[in-house]
Amino acid sequence: MRQLLVNTFPLARLILRRDRVQIPLWLLSLLLFTVAVAAAFPELYPAGPERQIIAQTFTNPALISMLGPAYGIHNYHLGAIMAHQMLLFTMVVVAIMNILLAIKHTRRDEERGRIEVIRSLPVGRLANAAATMLVLACTNAVLGLLVSIGLGLLGLEGMDWTGSFFFGGALAVTGLFFAASTLFFAQLTETSRTAMAYSFGFLGLSFLLRAVGDISSETLSLLSPLGLVLRAQVYVENHFWPLGTALLAASLLTLLAFRLNTRRDLEAGLFPAKQGPSRASRFLGGPLGLVLRLERTTIIGWAVGMLVLGASYGSVFADVEDFVQSSELYQQVLPDIAGASILGQFVAMLLSLLPMLAAVPALLVILKLRAEEKAGRTEHLLARAVTRVQVMGSFLGTALATAVVMQLVGVLGLWAAASAVVADPFPLGHTLLSSLAYVPAVWILVGLAALCVGTAPKAAALVWFYLGYTFFADYFGSLLQLPAWMARLTPWGHMPNVPLEAVSPWTVLATLVLAVVLMTLGLVGYSKRDIYG
Amino acid sequence: MAVLRVNNVTKRFGHVTALAGINLEVNQGEVYGFIGPNGAGKTTTIRILLGILQATSGSAQIFGLDAWRDAVEIHKRIAYVPGDVSLWPNLTGGEVIDFFVKLRGANHKSRRDELIERFDLDPTKKCGTYSKGNRQKVALVAAFAADADLYILDEPTSGLDPLMELVFQECVQEVKAQGKSVFLSSHILSEVEKLCDRVSIIRQGQIIESGSLKELRHLTRTRVRVETAQPLPSLKELPGIHDLEEFPSGAAFQVDGDKLGDVIGYLSQFQILALESAPPTLEELFMHHYKGAE
Ligand SMILES: Nc1ncnc2c1ncn2[C@@H]1O[C@H](COP(=O)(O)OP(=O)(O)O)[C@@H](O)[C@H]1O
Ligand SMILES: [Mg+2]
Repeated sequence: MRQLLVNTFPLARLILRRDRVQIPLWLLSLLLFTVAVAAAFPELYPAGPERQIIAQTFTNPALISMLGPAYGIHNYHLGAIMAHQMLLFTMVVVAIMNILLAIKHTRRDEERGRIEVIRSLPVGRLANAAATMLVLACTNAVLGLLVSIGLGLLGLEGMDWTGSFFFGGALAVTGLFFAASTLFFAQLTETSRTAMAYSFGFLGLSFLLRAVGDISSETLSLLSPLGLVLRAQVYVENHFWPLGTALLAASLLTLLAFRLNTRRDLEAGLFPAKQGPSRASRFLGGPLGLVLRLERTTIIGWAVGMLVLGASYGSVFADVEDFVQSSELYQQVLPDIAGASILGQFVAMLLSLLPMLAAVPALLVILKLRAEEKAGRTEHLLARAVTRVQVMGSFLGTALATAVVMQLVGVLGLWAAASAVVADPFPLGHTLLSSLAYVPAVWILVGLAALCVGTAPKAAALVWFYLGYTFFADYFGSLLQLPAWMARLTPWGHMPNVPLEAVSPWTVLATLVLAVVLMTLGLVGYSKRDIYG
Repeated sequence: MAVLRVNNVTKRFGHVTALAGINLEVNQGEVYGFIGPNGAGKTTTIRILLGILQATSGSAQIFGLDAWRDAVEIHKRIAYVPGDVSLWPNLTGGEVIDFFVKLRGANHKSRRDELIERFDLDPTKKCGTYSKGNRQKVALVAAFAADADLYILDEPTSGLDPLMELVFQECVQEVKAQGKSVFLSSHILSEVEKLCDRVSIIRQGQIIESGSLKELRHLTRTRVRVETAQPLPSLKELPGIHDLEEFPSGAAFQVDGDKLGDVIGYLSQFQILALESAPPTLEELFMHHYKGAE
């Protein structure tokens, strides 16, 4: 074992050196964000009977599916509100941070041949994996501590020091668990892209399992790491066992990953690379065929994900109905959203979630053009009889179609699962059409990405920040009562709440025109600029 | 007839001047060598010729068409092998070759299979598992399977083993025999020497020498070893003599190209018994230039 870990500490220092900006930036943003939100709560939710009514609305299944179970409803103090509204979301962000960092220092470095150089030095076989885990464990610990202290110092009603340490602890444990699971996936796959797909797929699955579980089955939620950690009931009960269990699971996963790491060859997956066809199929005959071939796993994978997402939400339709019937308060206090329309709300919420998720694979496809250029592979096309418009057009066309497919598949999944549990859940045709109204807005994101790739390729990754902002503005718009202009700045800022409200064709047309303009500018830029490889 | 013409091309990347006004001309049916050390600007020149980069000033033409504006038209008739071949890791070599061949619209199945065999490539393996040499073979097979008029090859053999280098040289000679033109960049001198009719030497973005190998040699020294019946007086004082070694029966030295006639004339007074002269290798030519420029 000693031998395996030789020189772990210098490697850990190297990782810290390479990430000396990135890690502090993550920590600082997370800290400021959580503390700022908590500090805003006293004004957003003044004490009094009104707060109790709000508490009741938080037992709405649509909100539970997004935020997690509401604990401490009977005494809904600021601590309970903080844990309910913020903890799950922050946990997901921390998980994303860990996935990105873990992949970067394991599979991606290996893929780029950097680990090979390191391994030729007197360095243990496990040293790089161990150094990565060491750095991430410290990062998560520091994050947990900072957030705990930050929240504790605020000293708000219901936010005592114990609860604050549980809040920070929940973040740290979640982070560590997803770092460990990513390290594990990084051993299985041969490319960082696949490892990334597995890791994010696992995160998405954890979220869905918890969403369904929180509405219909406690056991399901316990199977999800996110659901498990939420069971700590931070600021309300402060149970330690969920955090302890998750920590144990993270340690076991790490050991398993280490074991796999010592068993496999450098730069190989766990399974030997398969041989493939010695000839290209008929479809691989032009740039479009190439894009489809390169992106088919991404597209199919996401489509399955969207189907599962829709189906997960559909599967709890019966519970939502039960909820409406059993919640007298709901029917008294909020008659306008009571009754059948709560199902409508539920559908509308999913419809507003779909475009954000549909945007991800669409952006992955169009930004692949940039990745191909960086890898020096566009010159294979451009040095042959292929125009630049054909090259970018193939990526664009695939991205646009991807967005449509994702929307439709999500709605179909919802409908199929909902039909299985209740009769006549909602009109399929109308809902499909309503969901398509979001498509031009997703295309705006694709257009922005195309514009970046065409004119400022180095800025292309900024589109992800915009999507992140969009997600933030939508998710927290009403919870944090953000100003209306913040939601307006998202691509679907002018969309009504479909399918409950009707869309004006002018809105759709205007969005469409904007998307087309962006894409055209991108194409023109791409045709004119230098290509670096 | 010139198939490729570069006219006073300059390329700047921000403050870096990669090319400072270079000129090139490749004629139909010619194998043209483009030599220079790493970072000299070979790849940049080739990318400008392919219309992937736009020249800051000057013009580059292939088949009389503008390299930037008419890129696609030109590319229908050229084949290109990049210096650093990056392929899609999850596609097999065979798939990539077929894809490249199809992009040109042609379909030479037999040629493809024959080349795969000659280059000893396993087309069923994923490109992600190929070594640098194997990736280069994929690009070479795709290029030579194409029926092009001009082959642009950027350091095509830097990853190949000597056996495969021979196959490569055969391929170049075959296309040359068919009257095709080849533009071959390299820092491997022996390769250029064996294959090329004319060369240009580039260094730090400037062409420092151009011409046929013969012409370039003319500018350089010839190594001479001579034995004479009568004892030689010291040659030290003769103009153009370098690295002189004197023996009882003769001498060995290098002589500047333009002084060779004078020196031989002088030596003939002493009854030459044996005379060996060797043209300078390209290596010497290359070193000579770099020494001169330093
Ligand atoms: N995209 C770029 N940005 C800045 N400098 C570059 C870029 N591409 C090439 N260069 C510079 O141009 C010079 C020539 O490079 P290159 O053509 O690749 O050389 P060669 O192929 O002869 O080894 C080098 O000094 C290199 O650093
Ligand atoms: Mg080069």
